Amino acid sequence: MNILEVNDLSKIFNLHILKNKKIEALKEISFTMKEGEIIGLTGKSGSGKSSLMKCIYRTYLASSGEIIYASQDGSIDMVKADDHRIIELRKTEINYCSQFLSVIPRVSAVDVVCENLFRIEKNKTRAREQAKEMLEQLGLPSDLWDAFPVTFSGGEQQRINVARAIIAGPRFLLIDEPTASLDARTKDIVIDMIVDLKRNGTSVLCISHDEYTLDRLVDRRIELQTGRITAVEMDGVEV
Amino acid sequence: MSRTDDNWLLRVRNLTKIYGEPNENTLNMTGPLFNSNICPETDAIVACADISFDLYPGEVLGIVGESGSGKSTVVRLLYFDMEKTAGSAFLKPYNSGLANILEESNQKKRFIRNHLMGMVYQNPRDGLNFRFSSGGNIAEKLIMAGNMNVGQIRGRASELLEKTEVPVQRMDDRPSSFSGGMQQRVQISKAIANNPPLLFLDEVTTGLDVSVQAKVLDLIRELQQDLGIAMIVVSHDLSVIRMLTDRTIVLKDGRIVESGLTDQILQDPQHEYSQLLVSSLL
Amino acid sequence: MVENKKYVNKYNFAFIDEATKREIRRKLLKAVAIPGYQVPYSSPEMPISRGWGTGGLHVTLSVIGKKDVFKIIDQGSDASVNACNLREFVHMMTDVKTTFDTSEATLIQTRHRVTEEELKENQIYIYQVPQPEPLRGVERYENKTRQMHGEADYAKMWVSIYESFIRHGDIMLYAGYPVKVNNRYIMAPSPIPKWDIPNLNQSKALHLFGAGREKRLYAVPPYTTVEPLEFEDVKFHTEDFTGLECFKTGYKKAYLDELYFDDGTRHFVINDSNFLDKLMEHSPLKQHSNKYIDKIEA
Repeated sequence: MNILEVNDLSKIFNLHILKNKKIEALKEISFTMKEGEIIGLTGKSGSGKSSLMKCIYRTYLASSGEIIYASQDGSIDMVKADDHRIIELRKTEINYCSQFLSVIPRVSAVDVVCENLFRIEKNKTRAREQAKEMLEQLGLPSDLWDAFPVTFSGGEQQRINVARAIIAGPRFLLIDEPTASLDARTKDIVIDMIVDLKRNGTSVLCISHDEYTLDRLVDRRIELQTGRITAVEMDGVEV
Repeated sequence: MSRTDDNWLLRVRNLTKIYGEPNENTLNMTGPLFNSNICPETDAIVACADISFDLYPGEVLGIVGESGSGKSTVVRLLYFDMEKTAGSAFLKPYNSGLANILEESNQKKRFIRNHLMGMVYQNPRDGLNFRFSSGGNIAEKLIMAGNMNVGQIRGRASELLEKTEVPVQRMDDRPSSFSGGMQQRVQISKAIANNPPLLFLDEVTTGLDVSVQAKVLDLIRELQQDLGIAMIVVSHDLSVIRMLTDRTIVLKDGRIVESGLTDQILQDPQHEYSQLLVSSLL
Repeated sequence: MVENKKYVNKYNFAFIDEATKREIRRKLLKAVAIPGYQVPYSSPEMPISRGWGTGGLHVTLSVIGKKDVFKIIDQGSDASVNACNLREFVHMMTDVKTTFDTSEATLIQTRHRVTEEELKENQIYIYQVPQPEPLRGVERYENKTRQMHGEADYAKMWVSIYESFIRHGDIMLYAGYPVKVNNRYIMAPSPIPKWDIPNLNQSKALHLFGAGREKRLYAVPPYTTVEPLEFEDVKFHTEDFTGLECFKTGYKKAYLDELYFDDGTRHFVINDSNFLDKLMEHSPLKQHSNKYIDKIEA
C-alpha cells in the first residue's frame, strides 16, 4: 500500500512585498512511497528538498498538484485538506523534524522531547521517564535534561530534536538531516532508532547529505535538482 | 479530537460590527482592497465584517492584525461586551450548538459567560474589580455559577491562585496592590474559575515586561495543555501567536485576509498583508 | 381642634390632590404585584423637605381613609420630634384618630424600626426610606443597577458581603441589611436594625416603602418570604444583646437602646416606647416570633 502519492506538485512563492517576485521552488514533482518505506531525499542545498517536505507537512501551501496521504481513516489530499484535519493528523500520525530545533522557550529538554508523548501518555512522570531513557541512549548528559535547549550546542539540540520526533512513534515521519552535527557513535544510535521505528511500521521521508546515513538507513533515494526530481531509485536500480 | 466535521466547539458565521449608519454600499466599499474600514459614503466604521471560523475543542486560534484591524472587536462581540451588527455564533455546549448565542437574552448570555467562557483583557481593570480582593474577584465568577459557600469559594480560589502562581496569602489583597503580571494572573484565575471550555485572551501580554510576559505565556500554555481549554488568542505580536496557537487568522481593515495553520502563516504567508506582517517580525 | 376646619376648607382630604393620590396608589398596586421591585413615582412637593419622611408621608396620605387609626414612630418612639410633627400634620389634614397603641393602629408609619409587637392582617406598615437602592454601594450608576435587578444579576452584591466577611470576620452590615424578597429582588429594607429583618418574613401585614427624595415606591405584601442575604456557611445574625436587659423591666427579648446617666453609668432600655409602656403596665401583648428572638432566654 502507498502511504503517500505526490502528483504533479509545484510550489511557487509569490512575494508581494518584493514587487510580486515569483520563485519557483518545486516543479512537477511526482512520486509514491510505500508504507513502511524509508526514502532518502537527496540533492544540493536549494534543490527543494526542504520545500517538498514542508509542502507535505502543509507548512507550505502547494501551488498546484496533490499530495495524497493514506491516513488511518482514509486518503486525504494534504494540499486541500481542512486545517483542522491537518492539525489532527499532526497530532496523531505525522511528525516533522526540522533541520534545526525550534522550541518553545523556557521548556526543559525533557518536556520538549515529551511534547508529542504527552498527548498519548497522560501520566507525565511516566512520559518524562521515557524521554530521559531516550536522551540517555542518545548520550545527552543528564545535567542538561532539565535545562532549556535554547542555549545548547548544535549536536545537543539535534539529539533533542530527533528524540522529540521519534519518541511517540509516529506513523509517518518527515525528518530533515537527522544525523547532521552528530558524532559517529550517536549517528549510529539515531539510525538504529529510526530503523526500529520502521520495524514498527513507520514510514520515513528523510533528507540527508550524509552518504553513511543514507547507506545504512534508506530503502531508496529520490534526488532533486532545482526543484525537479532528477533521479528515482527503484529496487536498487536508478530510473 | 474526533474525526467528524461536526466536532466544532464554537462556530462563528459572518460576524459583523459596524459603527455609525451603514448603507448598502458600506461593506462593498471598505476592507483591505480599499485600505480602509470607513465607508466613503456614510462614514460608518466597519470594525469587523464577515468573520467566519470554526474553533474545535482544545484548539488554540490566533487572531493577528495591526491596531484597529478589528481583532479585539471579534472576541468582545463573542464575549457579549458589545452588540453585533450582524452574524451568528454557536457554542456546542449551549443548547447543543443550535442557538445563536449572540441573540440570546442578557440573562442567558450571562449564563453562557459564567459557565462556558472566560475572558482575559489586556487591561486588568477591564476584567477585575479593583475594589474587591483578588479572592473576591474569583468569588464573583463562582457565585454567579451558584456557589454560595464561602469555605468552598475560598478553597477553589486558593487552588486557582496556586495554579496561576499567585501567592495564596495575597488572596485577600486588592489587585491594585499587585504587579501587572500578577494582576494578569488573577485575571486568568478568574477567567478559568468555572472550568470553561473556551477562553478569550485579548492582548494579554501587551504592556508587560519581557520576563513577566514570558511567565504569563508559559502559564497560558500550561493551562492549555493541562485543562485542554480551547482559546482564541488576540495579539499583534507574532511571537505570541507562534508560541501559543495551532491556527491563525490574519485580519486587516476588519476582514479576514488569510487563515491557516500557524506555521504556514508564518513560513509561507499568502496574502500581501500577511507577508508584510511576517517580514516585520523582529 | 378649631384650626382644623380652616385647613379642611383650604386643603383636600389628606393634603394630596385626588389625581396625584390615584397615581401613587397605582404605583403602590404595581409595587405590591412585584414584591421588592422599585416603582418610580411622582413624589409631589410636600410641606416638609425631601429626606424628612416625604416618601412615607406620600404613602400614608394616599392610602389613609377616614376610619383609619394612625400611629407614627421614629426609631421606635412615638414621641420624637419627627413623629410628633408628622402625626400632627396627618391629623390636621385628615382628622383621623391617632394612637400610640401598636395593636390599635391600622396604619403605622415608621422611621427605621419595626414594632416589637406583632403586626396583624388589618395593618399597613409604612416605611420612610432614605436610599431605596440596595445595590448603590456596589454600583453607582442607576441604569446599571436597574439592569442588574432586571436580570437578577446580584453577584457584585454577594461579593461585597463576601469581602466584608473576609476583611472583618463577620458581615459588617448594620441598619438596612439587604434582603431577598420572594426569592427574586434584592431590597433595601430601609435602615431598620438587623433585629427587625426576620420580622418582615411572612409578616401578616402589608409593608409599603416610600423614598420621596429618590422617587421610588416598593412593597412587601402579606405572607411574603423575605430572607437576609447570607452564605451557606456565613450566616446572617441579629444584634447581640447577650447579658443585657432593659433596666426598667428586666426584659431581654427586645431591641435595646444604650443610655448613659448623669452619674456616668450605662443602662439599656427597650427602644420601642409603646412596647415598653405596655410591658410596664402589664397590658396583654403578642410579640413577633422568629428563630433569632426565640433563641434568647427570657
